[in-house]
Amino acid sequence: MSCCSEEISQEMWSEVDSVIERHRETPGALITVLREAQDVVGWFPQALIEYIAKGMNIPASDVFGVVSFYSLFSLTPKGRNSIKVCTGTACYVKGAREVIGRISGEYGIAEGETTEDRRFDLEGVRCVGACGLAPAMVINGDVHGDVTADSVLKILEKYS
Amino acid sequence: MTHITPTKLEAMRKEYAARLTQPHIRHLFICGGTGCHATGSLKVKDALHEEIAKHGLEEKVRVVETGCNGFCALGPLMVVHPDNVFYQKMTVDDVAEIVSEHLVHEKPVERLMYKDPQSKKRVPLFSDIPFFALQKPWTLRNKGIINPESIEDYIGREGYMGLSKVLLEMEPSQIIDEMKASGIRGRGGAGFPTGMKWSFAAQNDSDIKYVLCNADEGDPGAFMDRSILEADPHAVLEGMTIAARAINATEGYIYCRSEYPLAIKRVQIAIDQARSLGLLGENIMGTGFSFDISIYQGAGAFVCGEETALMRSIEGKRGMPIPRPPFPAAQGLWKKPTILNNVETLANVGQIMLNGGKWYSSVGTENSKGTKVFALSGDVNNIGLVEVPMGTSLRSIVYDIGGGIPKKRKLKAVQLGGPSGGCIPEDHMDVVVDYEEIAKVGAIMGSGGVIVMDDKTCMVDMARFFLEFIQEESCGKCTPCREGTRRQLEILERICEGHGKPEDITLIEELSEMITASALCGLGQTASNPVLSVLRHFRNEFEAHIFDKKCPAKRCPALVEFKVIDERCKKCGKCAAVCPVGAVEWQKKEVAKINTEACVQCMSCYSACPFDAID
Repeated sequence: MSCCSEEISQEMWSEVDSVIERHRETPGALITVLREAQDVVGWFPQALIEYIAKGMNIPASDVFGVVSFYSLFSLTPKGRNSIKVCTGTACYVKGAREVIGRISGEYGIAEGETTEDRRFDLEGVRCVGACGLAPAMVINGDVHGDVTADSVLKILEKYS
Repeated sequence: MTHITPTKLEAMRKEYAARLTQPHIRHLFICGGTGCHATGSLKVKDALHEEIAKHGLEEKVRVVETGCNGFCALGPLMVVHPDNVFYQKMTVDDVAEIVSEHLVHEKPVERLMYKDPQSKKRVPLFSDIPFFALQKPWTLRNKGIINPESIEDYIGREGYMGLSKVLLEMEPSQIIDEMKASGIRGRGGAGFPTGMKWSFAAQNDSDIKYVLCNADEGDPGAFMDRSILEADPHAVLEGMTIAARAINATEGYIYCRSEYPLAIKRVQIAIDQARSLGLLGENIMGTGFSFDISIYQGAGAFVCGEETALMRSIEGKRGMPIPRPPFPAAQGLWKKPTILNNVETLANVGQIMLNGGKWYSSVGTENSKGTKVFALSGDVNNIGLVEVPMGTSLRSIVYDIGGGIPKKRKLKAVQLGGPSGGCIPEDHMDVVVDYEEIAKVGAIMGSGGVIVMDDKTCMVDMARFFLEFIQEESCGKCTPCREGTRRQLEILERICEGHGKPEDITLIEELSEMITASALCGLGQTASNPVLSVLRHFRNEFEAHIFDKKCPAKRCPALVEFKVIDERCKKCGKCAAVCPVGAVEWQKKEVAKINTEACVQCMSCYSACPFDAID
C-alpha cells in the first residue's frame, strides 16, 4: 500500500485526534475508534492505521488485523455514493444476483470496487433485514425495495 | 432522586389505558419499522399531521408512530384505533381522503383495506385478516401498538412490572426457578434452556459479572431481532435487568449490528429514558441493586454471533471464537462470568416474571414451550414478521398465515435456520415448530428466518449460496472450517458450472463429516447442514447437474439454453421487450426466436413470458 497521507486533510487529522482522545482510556474501544475514524476519513490509508496504533498504544499489526477482519472497514477509497445490494437469502431468491450483474455491466465495477470517477462503489452486503422489500438495495443509507435488474439503473441515475 | 414505585407504575398503566379508551378520540398507529420507512411511512405521517390540522382535528386524533407492525410487504400501513380498521400501501395522495372520509365523515376508505389474495375481497377489520388472526403475539405483544420511543407507552402495557416484582418480591434463585419452569429455550437458534444458562453464571462468584444481549442478527433472511428492538426496545432492557438481578451482574452490553441504525437509535433512547426514571443505573427502584447497559456496535462479521467471538469483539479484538471450556458462564467477557442471550429470549422475560413460568409453559409442545417469532420471506404472498405457538405446522405458517405461493407457482422447499440450517421439502410441510421435530427432518429451528422457495429455485445453487456465505464468513482460525468449506464450495461451483464429476457427491459427504466433527465453533460445525439437507431431499437435482449437465430449475446459467416452445408461444412479444441484449427476435404475429449466441441467460424472458412458452 502506498502512503496516502495526502488523502487526509489537516482538519481530518484533528478530528481523528479527538476521536482517539475520547476513547483512549476505555478498554476495548479500538473498534469504536476505527468506526469513528472511518466516518471522518472514509477509509484506512496505511498512515491512518499507524497513527491510530500510536494514539491507542496498540501494535499497528493488531490494528490492521482488526481493520481487515471486519467488513465494515475498508482498505480502499470509497465512492461518493455507496451502493449496497443485499445478498441475503430472500433477496438472492428474488434476483439480487441479476441486480448486481446489471450494475456491474453498466458501470464496469465488480463487487468491492469503486468507479474511476469515484461516483459509485458497489458492494454485495449481508442481509440488511429488509426481506419484506426483497430484493433490497441501500444507497447512502436510503433503502430501496423491490429493485429489479430493469429498474436499478433508473434509481442510480439520481445519484451523481 | 425519588425512586419509582410499583404504585407509580400501576398509576402510569391506568393512565395509559384511560388515554386509549377516551371516548371520541382516535389513535392512528402508523408503522415506523425499517420496511415501512423505506416505502415512505414518514412522509405519510407528516401528511397526516398536516391534514388533521387542516380539519382542526388535533384534539380528537393522535398519530402514533409504532415499531414494525409485521406485515412488511404491504407498507406503509396503519391501524385506526378503536375502529380496528387496517390500511395498507398508503401514499401521501391517499391521506386527504382518509382524513375527510374516515375521520370526518366516518366512512372508512375501502380501497385501501387489505385484499384477500384468494377471495379478492376487501377485509375491513384488522383482527379479521388471517395474517394477524392466526398469530399469538407474546414476544411481539406491543408491536404496532406502542410508540417505541415512549417509556410511558411501554409502562402502560405492563412494562417494567416484571422487574418491579423481581426486585421487590423475589430472591435471585426464584427468578431462575421461574425461568426454568417456563421451559423457554434460547431463541438464537441453539435452543439451550435459558434458566439453566443463568443458573450456571449465578453459581460462579465474582465481583464483576456481565449480561450480554446478542443483537448481531446475522442469518440472511432473518429480521426478528431488528423488529423487536425497533418496536419494543424496553422489553429487551427489562429482560436484561432481570437477568442481571438473577446472576448478580452490574454491567450489560447490547451487541448490535451497525447495519441496524434505527434499532440502535431507539435502544439508545430507551436506555436514556429508563435511566431517567431510575429503572436502570444506580440503586434501581431504591432496592440497592445497580445495573447499567451500553450498546456496542458490531462491525460486520457473521462469526460474531458466536458467543466467544462476540465477547472478543467487545474487547476490541478480531472476533474469533475460542475453545470451550471454560464456558462464558465461568469466564466470558474480560474473563468474568457472563451470560449471553438473544434479543427474542430477553424480550419474553418481563412477561414470564409477571405471569409466572407456568403461564409461559402452558403453550407449546412437550419440549419446546411458548411461542416463536419467524421472519417469513421469499416466494410467499404475505411477507413479514409472524409469531406462532410452538407446535404450529410449517404448512400453516406458509399457507394460512403466509397466504401461499404467489403467481400460482408450486412450493418447492422452505429454508430454516440460515447457513446453519436446512431446506425442508414440500412433502414434509406438516412438521411442527419444535426444536427436536425440525431437527428430525434435517433443518434446525435457528433464529427464525423462514425463506419460502418456489419451483423456480435451484436447490444445488441454494446449497452453493450458503456455502459461499460460510466460506466468506469463516474467520480462518481453524483449518477444518477455513479449508474444508473452501473445498466444498469449489466442488459446488464446478457442479453449477457443468463440470461436476461422478464422485463429487461422495466427496462432499466425506468433507461434511470431517468438518462437522472437527471445527472449533458452531459456524463450522453446522456449515455443512445446508448442503447435506439438499443432498438428502433433492439428490436428484444434484444428479441432474452432474450426470445430465442440466439445471432443472434453470437457475445455473452454464447449464441452461433458452428456447421458445413454438406451440405455446402466443406471439405477444413480451420476451423481446425485456431482453437486455436484443437476443430475442420477434415480429408482430410471429413466434419469437432466441438467438442462443447472443443470449446471456439473464432469465428476463423466461420470467416475463405469461404462457410458460420459454424453456
